[in-house]
Amino acid sequence: MDTREETQHSNLQEIERDILIEIEEIKSLDSLERLTTKYLGRKGILTAFLRNIPKLPVEDRPSAGKNANLLKVKLEGLFSQLKAQLESAAENNNDFIDVTLPGRVSVRGTLHPVTKISREITAIFSRIGFEIAEGPEVETDYYNFEALNISKYHPARDMQDTFYVSENIVLRTHTSPTQPRVMEKVKPPVRIIAPGKVYRCDSDVTHTPMFHQVEGLMVDCNVSFGDLKGTLSTFIHQLFDEDISLRFRPSFFPFTEPSAEVDIECVMCRGKGCRVCSGTGWLEVLGAGMVHPAVFENVGYDTEKYTGFAFGMGIERLAMLKYGIDDLRKFFENDMRFLRQF
Amino acid sequence: MKFTLSWLKEYTSVEYTPSEIADKLTMAGLEVDSFENRFAYLDKVVISRVEHVSKHPSADNLTCCKVNIGNDEDGNNIILNIVCGAPNVREGLVVPCALIGATLPGDIEIKKSKLRGEISEGMLCSFSELRLNPELDRTFAMAGKTCGIMELDSNLIIGTPIAKALNLDDYLFEVDLTPNRADCLSVIGIAREVAAFSEPAKKLNLPFDDIDCEKEESGSSHDFSTCHTPSTDSLSINNFAKVKIFDPDLCPRYTAGMLIDVTVGPSPFWLQDRLLSVGLTPINNIVDITNFVMMETGQPLHAFDYENIAKGTIEVKRAGSSIEFKTLDSKAHTLDPDMLMICDGDRPVGIAGVMGGENSEILNTTTKVFVESACFNAVSIRRTAKQSGINTDASHRFERGVDPAATKDILKRAIYLMAKVSGGKIVNGIIDENPIKHKPTEIVVNTDSLNSRLGTTLSYEEIKKNIESVGFKVTQIISNPIESLELNKASRILPNNTNDTLNNMMLVTVPSFRVDVTRAEDISEEVARLWGYNNIQTSFPKVLSKGKAPSTRIIIRDQIKDIMNGFGFSEVVNYSFTSASACDHLSLDASDERRLVEDILNPISEELSVLRTSLIPGLLENMRRNNSQQIDSLRLFEVGKVFIATRKGWQPIENEMIAGLWTGLREPISWSAKPADGDFFDTKGVVQGLCSSLGLDSDKTIFEKADQLLCPYYQKGQGAIVKYSNKSGTKLIGSLGKINNQVLRNFGLKQDAFIFEMDMETLLTVIDAPNSMGKALPLPKFPSLSRDMTLILDSNIEVGAILSDIFALKENLPILEDIFMFDLYEGKPLAEGKKSISMRIVYRSWETTLTEKMISGIHADISKRIMEKYGADLP
Repeated sequence: MDTREETQHSNLQEIERDILIEIEEIKSLDSLERLTTKYLGRKGILTAFLRNIPKLPVEDRPSAGKNANLLKVKLEGLFSQLKAQLESAAENNNDFIDVTLPGRVSVRGTLHPVTKISREITAIFSRIGFEIAEGPEVETDYYNFEALNISKYHPARDMQDTFYVSENIVLRTHTSPTQPRVMEKVKPPVRIIAPGKVYRCDSDVTHTPMFHQVEGLMVDCNVSFGDLKGTLSTFIHQLFDEDISLRFRPSFFPFTEPSAEVDIECVMCRGKGCRVCSGTGWLEVLGAGMVHPAVFENVGYDTEKYTGFAFGMGIERLAMLKYGIDDLRKFFENDMRFLRQF
Repeated sequence: MKFTLSWLKEYTSVEYTPSEIADKLTMAGLEVDSFENRFAYLDKVVISRVEHVSKHPSADNLTCCKVNIGNDEDGNNIILNIVCGAPNVREGLVVPCALIGATLPGDIEIKKSKLRGEISEGMLCSFSELRLNPELDRTFAMAGKTCGIMELDSNLIIGTPIAKALNLDDYLFEVDLTPNRADCLSVIGIAREVAAFSEPAKKLNLPFDDIDCEKEESGSSHDFSTCHTPSTDSLSINNFAKVKIFDPDLCPRYTAGMLIDVTVGPSPFWLQDRLLSVGLTPINNIVDITNFVMMETGQPLHAFDYENIAKGTIEVKRAGSSIEFKTLDSKAHTLDPDMLMICDGDRPVGIAGVMGGENSEILNTTTKVFVESACFNAVSIRRTAKQSGINTDASHRFERGVDPAATKDILKRAIYLMAKVSGGKIVNGIIDENPIKHKPTEIVVNTDSLNSRLGTTLSYEEIKKNIESVGFKVTQIISNPIESLELNKASRILPNNTNDTLNNMMLVTVPSFRVDVTRAEDISEEVARLWGYNNIQTSFPKVLSKGKAPSTRIIIRDQIKDIMNGFGFSEVVNYSFTSASACDHLSLDASDERRLVEDILNPISEELSVLRTSLIPGLLENMRRNNSQQIDSLRLFEVGKVFIATRKGWQPIENEMIAGLWTGLREPISWSAKPADGDFFDTKGVVQGLCSSLGLDSDKTIFEKADQLLCPYYQKGQGAIVKYSNKSGTKLIGSLGKINNQVLRNFGLKQDAFIFEMDMETLLTVIDAPNSMGKALPLPKFPSLSRDMTLILDSNIEVGAILSDIFALKENLPILEDIFMFDLYEGKPLAEGKKSISMRIVYRSWETTLTEKMISGIHADISKRIMEKYGADLP
């Protein structure tokens, strides 16, 4: 072998050996950077060697060039591999945060449980084609009573303790006045649901002077009591679950005939009997019936052509069952410890 | 309505357990509230034997007894020491013993005690202490009277509970009757329902069937035949009394009978027991019979002392003028001229159907009794009861309607029983004034229509069987019902259309006691309840799948609630009532509209006596309540109506409002930021966010310093009104501000509170409807260029004015895209009374990329205008 060639060769070998030793010492990205510069930088050793090749004898140039380039590629590979290692090590070691520290929370507001369940109720009825109606909370005696077949001295007036603001103006005792109000405006078919506040002159553990009801009304040709049963079953099954059974009992409301109280299987004990259902296994949640012909007569509907059903329910009552609320008064105390649970 | 099983069994046999009866009644529409063993109070009373007696060492009339109350678990006798005061106590006597823990009638609790130094561990009882039939007492049975503790059959097993040993078995039911079922305000009415449970329905055993003994005006031998009750032979009632009805509209029928030689005194046990069992208090034998027969039949009766009926005359008429009247409970009432009164020859002696007068009540000295059984107009009785505030068992029944056909039979039943219990003689004859005769209600029912109303497929026969089980009569219609009967349209379910064949038409005769049944729909309810609501097939309405979207109000209201939730506000719902002082607490001006409060005539309390005219008091009250529970940081909102009074007798205006309250910390306490309280600008940010979320243009939403008169509850200088200005003008949509100290004190609050209030009614006039069409703008093609502007100006100059001035330039300067303020500084090195504000103006052209050169002149011009107008300087 030619001595010059040997020299070159040994130079490259030395360079490589030096690098391999030096590379072992590299522990940081900074020192790697310096090492890279030392060999591969513009004034680096290997760069200098490569630059020097044209000055070599012609016959040495190809092998020197080839070997130097091979070394360069090898070094670049080694350096980038090491750089990636060091970078990931640096990431893992240096930018440590306590991920268990609490985050910066956006305060979340809550809906009142009455709003929450009203939305559920109206959504269910909207899906089966009912529209939402609303009416005044301060009503005339006519719409609250007379139009609903509750005449002035009807004993049914005792069923509801009425707040009066003047002789013929009352705080509505139920959402039922929405029925004649809507029927006076539109011709059948009618399908409405009317949620809202109602007022009764009664205040104790189980009564608040204001509470919420939802009224429902459907009028068309050939609407039957069976349809009422079907509609309310659908509603209860969607609000609670498919397994809840319903029980319809004869009752009395002056504006429906036949009238029914609707009990549902106790959602707490599943009908076994508990404190909530007073051991009966049933919960009274709804009043309903076929619209009384006198109500139709009052709004000018043809009683021979149309039949209809109506129903009403207490929203708080349903919310208490659905959310497990034990005291009606909590709804209006507006204690944050209660409200924030919804 | 209360009744007992034993009483019920007087009229029908019963083959159901008490719980089955309760269940079946409930499902038939007579909701049983409760049923309980009537003798439950005897649970701790057992059969015992007196084993040994000795004289009480320090009391002559007391005896110390060793009483055997049966065996313990090991078969040994349990012997109690009991001190007894009864004269008949003796060794070997079998006697009821109330154990420690028993509670006897009259709330007598049996406890371990010492009587004159001697221990007593129970009580030996008399029949009256146990409220039992004296006939169970052997001494009573033998001697006809009693003289101490009960002496029982010595064969009874010691230790057995007395109810079991004596077969005392009865249940008390309480039915929550709906107002339509007046017929069931009587034990017979309930019995009729129970009898209908069986198939075929059982026939009732009615007590009137025996009393077929009236021989009016005949003067011949007059006995209530099977009754064997003494009656007067020669005297007719017409010799004693006459009745005249002046107002037949209010009293269609008045019947009366009389007894003489009556001995008024305590009722026999059976009668007292019946009354006590349903919670009525025995008074005397005559009055007790009126109550007993009322409970039995539902017909209220009244007994007068005949001697106090002036001139033996009863006149039924309206009071005519306002009068003072003392009822038999010794209370004085002022009566309305329209109230129906029972008068004698001189004066009123009773409020018809409500309560008798003190002037003619039955006393122990009464010997002649005049008994009334009448029908009164339900509405009239109800009005009288309401106006006079007297609610009695009688008025309760008359208001709901009594059987107009049974008036006389029931009277006879009462007279017969009175004679029996008082030893009196029945005067011949019955007065029956009946100016308006009862006509049975007849209803034509189309069974097809009935089935279609119910969703059933019941046959004619099934319908007939069901309603006949409770007293209705069905007859087939053999000719065209329209021609053969005078019927009003309302009594048919469907028109007599040509397809109706006569075999689907029935004529239903309503029994006289069912005053609630007047039209075909009522018959449908009878059929449904007797057939069973739960036997009606569930179906689903066949309807067009066509519907309308909710109103804008409903959609916007829901949006507002969701937006407020997003801002961290929790929804509250307050009562619509508030205290009359709420307006004062808010320091509202006398001219403020919110002073037009609607008073509630019958409020629950002072605190809830008027309808609210503002949501603010409710929120401040919520804050007080939560602060008192150490919850100091709150964000609350309410959406609800306020009520502004209009004219007396008119409905108030109902305005829907949105209000929010922010108090306490801006953010929850955290490791990463210093705690800071929310302030005016936090609240303003919420209002701005709410408005823009609802689609209001932020440049049209104007905030101005609030007028103290309009918002007197805000701290001076820290309140703002919110206006919205669009094509149709400028409208006030709300306000916000810091609650001033006086108002905080009025509501018992100690920390700063910020409030906003928005008027939904006005908002709805400026918000685009949810279904209105929008137009999205294309994205800009060219970059924007921003330039800052810092000015120094007098501190009292409102920044809003400058910002809106610059914004206003937009109209003629389309490249002015946006402006916002990013710094505000007061203090050194600025001079006192000066502030520096920094704004960034964003420029953009839709045609080209703007260059520095293109905007520098414009920017300088804007800056110059503002400096000139506001006397501002550059820094």
